[in-house]
Amino acid sequence: MSAYLVLQGGPVLEGIPLGAPGTTTGEIVFNTGMTGYQEILSDPSYAGQIVLFTYPLIGNYGINADDFESDRVQAQGLVVQEACTVPSNWRTSQTLHQFLLEKGITAIQGIDTRSLAKRIREAGVTMAAITHGPPEDALRALQQAAAYDDSDFVLSVTTKAPYAWGYAGKEPIESDASGYRAKIVVLDFGLKHNILRRFAALGIRSVVLPATSSAEEVLAWNPDGVLLSPGPGDPARLGFAVETVRELLGKRPLFGICLGNQLLCHALGGQTYKLRFGHRGSNHPVKDLIDQTVTITSQNHGYAVHADSLAGTGAEITQLNLNDETVEGIRSTAYQASSIQYHPEAAPGPWDSRKYFVQFLEQISKN
Amino acid sequence: MDSRTVLVLGSGPIRIGQGIEFDYSCVHCVWALQQMGYRAILINNNPETVSTDFDTGDGLYFEPVTLDDVLPILEREKVGGVVVQFGGQTAINMAEGLASAGVRILGTSADSIAWAEDRDRFDQLLNRLGIPKPAGKAVRSLSEAQEIAAQVGFPVLVRPSFVLGGRAMEICYDEVQLEAFYGLAESANPGQPVLVDQYLLGKEAEVDVISDGETTFVPGIMEHIERAGVHSGDSMAVYPPVTLSPAICAEIIHQSCQLARALQVRGLMNIQFVIQNHQVFVLEVNPRASRTVPYLSKVTGIPMVQLATRCMMGESLKDHGYSSGLWVPTSGRPVHDPARPLEPRTHGRICAEADLEAIRTGQRPAGSALGIEAPPLYAVKSPVFSFQKLSRVEPSLGPEMKSTGEVLGIDTSYEAALYKALVGSGITFKPTGRVLLTVNQQDKPAAIQIARELAKMGYLLAATSGTHQALREAGIESQLVLKIREGQPNLLDAILAGEVSLMINSPGQDRQEEEEAARIRRACIETGVACITSIDTAAALAHALPIFENPERASCLPYGEYGQASSVRGSETTSTVP
Amino acid sequence: MKRILVIGSGPIVIGQAAEFDYAGTQACKSLREEGYEVVLINSNPATIMTDEETADAVYIEPLTPEFCERVIAREKVDALLPTLGGQTGLNLASLLADRGILDKYGVQLLGTPLSAIRKAEDREEFRALMREIKEPVPESWIVESNDDLKALLDHAPYPCIVRPAYTLGGTGGGIANSPEELWEIGQRGLKLSMRSQLMIERSLLGWKEVEYEVMRDRAGNCITICNMENFDPMGVHTGDSIVVAPSQTLSDFEYHMLRTASLKIIRALGIEGGCNVQLAVNPDSFDYYVIEVNPRVSRSSALASKATGYPIARVSAKIAVGRTLDEIENQVTKTTKACFEPALDYCVVKIPRWPFDKFTTGDRTLFTQMKATGEVMAIDRSFESALLKAIRGLEVQSKDLRHPKFSAQSEEELKTSVRQPTDERLWAIAEALRRRWPIAEISRLCRVDKWFLVKMQNLIEAEQALGQPDHEGTEQNVARALQLGFTPSQIRALAPESPRLEAALSNRSSRPVHKMVDTCAGEFESKTPYYYATLGRDSDDVLIELNEGEGASQAVIQTQIELGVSSEAR
Repeated sequence: MSAYLVLQGGPVLEGIPLGAPGTTTGEIVFNTGMTGYQEILSDPSYAGQIVLFTYPLIGNYGINADDFESDRVQAQGLVVQEACTVPSNWRTSQTLHQFLLEKGITAIQGIDTRSLAKRIREAGVTMAAITHGPPEDALRALQQAAAYDDSDFVLSVTTKAPYAWGYAGKEPIESDASGYRAKIVVLDFGLKHNILRRFAALGIRSVVLPATSSAEEVLAWNPDGVLLSPGPGDPARLGFAVETVRELLGKRPLFGICLGNQLLCHALGGQTYKLRFGHRGSNHPVKDLIDQTVTITSQNHGYAVHADSLAGTGAEITQLNLNDETVEGIRSTAYQASSIQYHPEAAPGPWDSRKYFVQFLEQISKN
Repeated sequence: MDSRTVLVLGSGPIRIGQGIEFDYSCVHCVWALQQMGYRAILINNNPETVSTDFDTGDGLYFEPVTLDDVLPILEREKVGGVVVQFGGQTAINMAEGLASAGVRILGTSADSIAWAEDRDRFDQLLNRLGIPKPAGKAVRSLSEAQEIAAQVGFPVLVRPSFVLGGRAMEICYDEVQLEAFYGLAESANPGQPVLVDQYLLGKEAEVDVISDGETTFVPGIMEHIERAGVHSGDSMAVYPPVTLSPAICAEIIHQSCQLARALQVRGLMNIQFVIQNHQVFVLEVNPRASRTVPYLSKVTGIPMVQLATRCMMGESLKDHGYSSGLWVPTSGRPVHDPARPLEPRTHGRICAEADLEAIRTGQRPAGSALGIEAPPLYAVKSPVFSFQKLSRVEPSLGPEMKSTGEVLGIDTSYEAALYKALVGSGITFKPTGRVLLTVNQQDKPAAIQIARELAKMGYLLAATSGTHQALREAGIESQLVLKIREGQPNLLDAILAGEVSLMINSPGQDRQEEEEAARIRRACIETGVACITSIDTAAALAHALPIFENPERASCLPYGEYGQASSVRGSETTSTVP
Repeated sequence: MKRILVIGSGPIVIGQAAEFDYAGTQACKSLREEGYEVVLINSNPATIMTDEETADAVYIEPLTPEFCERVIAREKVDALLPTLGGQTGLNLASLLADRGILDKYGVQLLGTPLSAIRKAEDREEFRALMREIKEPVPESWIVESNDDLKALLDHAPYPCIVRPAYTLGGTGGGIANSPEELWEIGQRGLKLSMRSQLMIERSLLGWKEVEYEVMRDRAGNCITICNMENFDPMGVHTGDSIVVAPSQTLSDFEYHMLRTASLKIIRALGIEGGCNVQLAVNPDSFDYYVIEVNPRVSRSSALASKATGYPIARVSAKIAVGRTLDEIENQVTKTTKACFEPALDYCVVKIPRWPFDKFTTGDRTLFTQMKATGEVMAIDRSFESALLKAIRGLEVQSKDLRHPKFSAQSEEELKTSVRQPTDERLWAIAEALRRRWPIAEISRLCRVDKWFLVKMQNLIEAEQALGQPDHEGTEQNVARALQLGFTPSQIRALAPESPRLEAALSNRSSRPVHKMVDTCAGEFESKTPYYYATLGRDSDDVLIELNEGEGASQAVIQTQIELGVSSEAR
């Protein structure tokens, strides 16, 4: 039994089936993290994408009940060199294969992932298809698939109904809201649970609203601050969200993460662009230009803030990537709005940037 | 060679018998090749070393040094030739396999390598050249071994062939020991013959020679301080020789040049000699860089690996100003120009083969031609052991190598160089207690000499019955200490109680004595008391005593400056050679 | 500050091998790049670091305070870098400071301050600091009398380790599972100890041992270079353990929990440069203990440097003279900075090399005293192939997982061999797998994680499949064996001769490609030719050619179906 991975423009690679039978398409991206496949697969920012892991041995510690970042698998597919059949970790409840099978995700193993990652590095991200059938199936699916850049994923990953997240985790919105140091509204463009967990750990109750919520709906909750969540896709296609953010500017302190950073940039009048192959991994150094510290960050983004576009907008660059000097954080002091391009909530990745949650708490507590 | 890419084989993991020295040589070979304009790539699998630093060569393959792993690299890199001389036994053992796979071996040919390591062929070669060697033979059965032993007489040295560092090597004094040990030697390298040789108790010496097949240049002769029977890796060695006569030295060079020519050596070769009754015997030839290359390069100032690499790549020594003979350093400031890396870094001259020949045959007096009368510097290498970490390991010295590392002592006087080597290797007196002597019968005369020196310097002595009596008869005072079997408190208790500042203990004669000795040595190791197990080492210590008393008489200079200026020597101690 | 003294580690002894030649050589180069003059002292002549080219003045002299002082005086040294010469270098620097020699000549100590080093090395100070920052350390007690012992019986954690101090050969200790056993072993130990002293410590035998190689600069930037998981569980010195990088059985949460702890520790200590943190991890919970911190460049850091491509000693030297991580270039990519964490896209296996082929009478059991003289490392894209590579490179009698000693053992003997850590236990475990002992049973005996055992089982199954008489499955078996890392010679040694065997071995896909160690898992272009072999699609120097045009045609598919990494599916 063979499976095939076909990239737009070639090549066609033969591998071994993994996960659910079928054919799937998506934009193929690579992640260089050595751990964290469970968090990555359930991260909504990977919607519409096939994730390739550069680390060759994936699934070593299996799948557990706790480390999900959303309620479902968000990635379209998965490419690995070798999926572990007998995982070993005290929390393991399933193998990677069982999990993918159960969730209906088509994946492939036996692929030289380094070779492919280099190709993506050189040629940029591209559409790809995985099939457990004949390679022609993949080709056909690829020809029919909509381009990633032309798709809106936010609407498919955002919550349909508002909910809250407190000390006890996810809860109905009408649950007891007392005993918190602050309350915020989280605009869900593709939220990761660990953001809410981090807030709860700081005594912040989050009310999570759908991405399409208006500024008015947000302010109706009278939050101490608003979080603009991460999420998938091209921020330039999210005019409605940019509009909401623009209306919220100055009304409440804003904090943006990842896509939230790009939306704030647009709302302030800046522009974003697509990186050739994005930043996805757990080892990217970022320098905070305010306190001059360097932290190692968890990253997952294909778009970035255009530094020059911020000129004259009143926004300033607060953080830079040490590898390629791309913008990793911006702020507008006038509007009490700040954002970062990477993931301070980690999961996966280093816990070094938790201080930004604390800074946000300090900011909203001041008001 | 149609390709300018050369692969250098590394030496694998650090183990006893194959240490960091080989890594040193590999790295220098890579650098030499680069200087010559070659693309030098390296294969090795030892993460601890400089050779596996990714910026050492033009390419690093972090792979095991085996044929299966090397061949794909040769194919991928379009390698023109492979260097097998610097990676110890690991690399040299691959010569044959590589050659039969059609790979070009650079330097000394695979055939010559096999010649030097194949006992029968090597014996024939020595016979043809008229070079004496201890009588013996490569055998394949115990009965054959017994036959040889009967011919040459006990003791005999028994060892497996093609093994580095004297693994499973033993001196057998009688039939019983031979029978007991033969199997071990056989299983140490299955399928290969076992070597049985007459065991000569004499002075040992060794040289590393550089040859282009025609010219053979000897950077220096190293004399072992311990007598034959102690593995060369475990013996202290001094450069230049202190007790060898000029004629013996000339004979050593003569034999070396003959061997290098006969084997068509292109690169380095190490030769070990034993000298008995003014006759020089060849013990062993290693057609590759040895563990003495790094330190000898440093103290002689001869860039040995660079020169050997040039020879390997087809250049001639003559073109670089070297001729057949021995390097003789003289006092004075060298003119070292970094732009001419192949030149000696010491001030000196070559004592030519023809002059040596005249000295060897007694046609002319040696005078100072060999530079061994008053050399500008002495360098003493001393082994370092790790017995503290290894319980149940017998720490006495023998034909099997046991040391893990080495230190070097350099100074303008022999005493000071000895002192530094001893101190550097951890042989010092504890501040309290007595020097305890317990030596076997044949070592007693030497022990008396040593004890006399120690007593003269004010050290308090203690000794077990036999040694005590010998000392008393010689008029030397010592405290009597009981042997373990004689009751308590005995010398073991004395060690544990901190009453011993240094132990001199030579191997016992019988099993019971040996067992006791083993416990004593172990106790020394555990309590940090230096324990000397060879009477020759003890004699060296006695010789260095004046410096132990006045350490400021030792110099402290960057090593390149030793022996440079006479003003330096003037302020330091002058040398006396025993 | 102009002239810096670097102290080498002296002769090679067990526990202090060639890694310090590598570290010292790199450090000297690194300091000279920064414009400093380097003075070096080392008694070991067989080193690159003692080449005259390595430093501005090289002293081959005994490593004693007296000679160091003479060098300091003669060379008018301004500063001393003590953390690159192993324990020898550190102890010597410490002595020089204590004797007032550094003050006398106005010599400044570079890198991690001596106070921090002492805090890391002094048992009590370290424990106090860990308590302060709320990092767990295993409980331990010093017992000096039967009364002390009695008082401890009720509240000691069981099992606990009893170690008598100052005995010959470390005898007389043991593991107590109950107060009764503690009383018995403790009393005996007190008698055996020459100073009548015992150390009693919570036993972590069987816990996972995990190491983090971390680095901190003066500005407080902290990074992890590499984490490593020991194949052998707690109880074996890490220098005697088979080690794998990166960790395999830690989830992302666990990885970062331990990483965060490690960074917290080096911040609290005030390390400036490289540092090694050893942790014991409960295989059944989030519990962990901090075991030890090595506040200097070590054997582990050499391994981590080679395993990741990150030059720890070089960067440590620059940090010691005040540079910060974000200012230093990543030497491998040459385009990124030294302030990042290497991402591995391969698996690294280290196996120690022990001297018991020479010391046949030596005690082969492994415990907390290191016995290995050296080590080999192997890189590949699966654990199985890296393990086989490492074994092949050890240059011991066994070239694969077979060992005559264990195949000859009875079941009972083999049980002991699997349970008792020795230099040969890997082969004992392999034999147990060969005899189809259940993984759970083997794991119970040796406490090696199931993950490693299953991988070894893959190798044994391949080995056994190869041993079968030639049949139509031969080619598939050979392909599988090659995939797992067996080389053609190893396969020929295991399988009966046959044309099918030779055909399978001459298949183009049986030939390895060579990939780069680039610190970044291919994310950035790397120019450093540091390679390992693996079975794969392409080698790293090959330019990737792209097909023009959108969409692949049927014809393209036909011509482009390439072998994936595995041809097993065929």
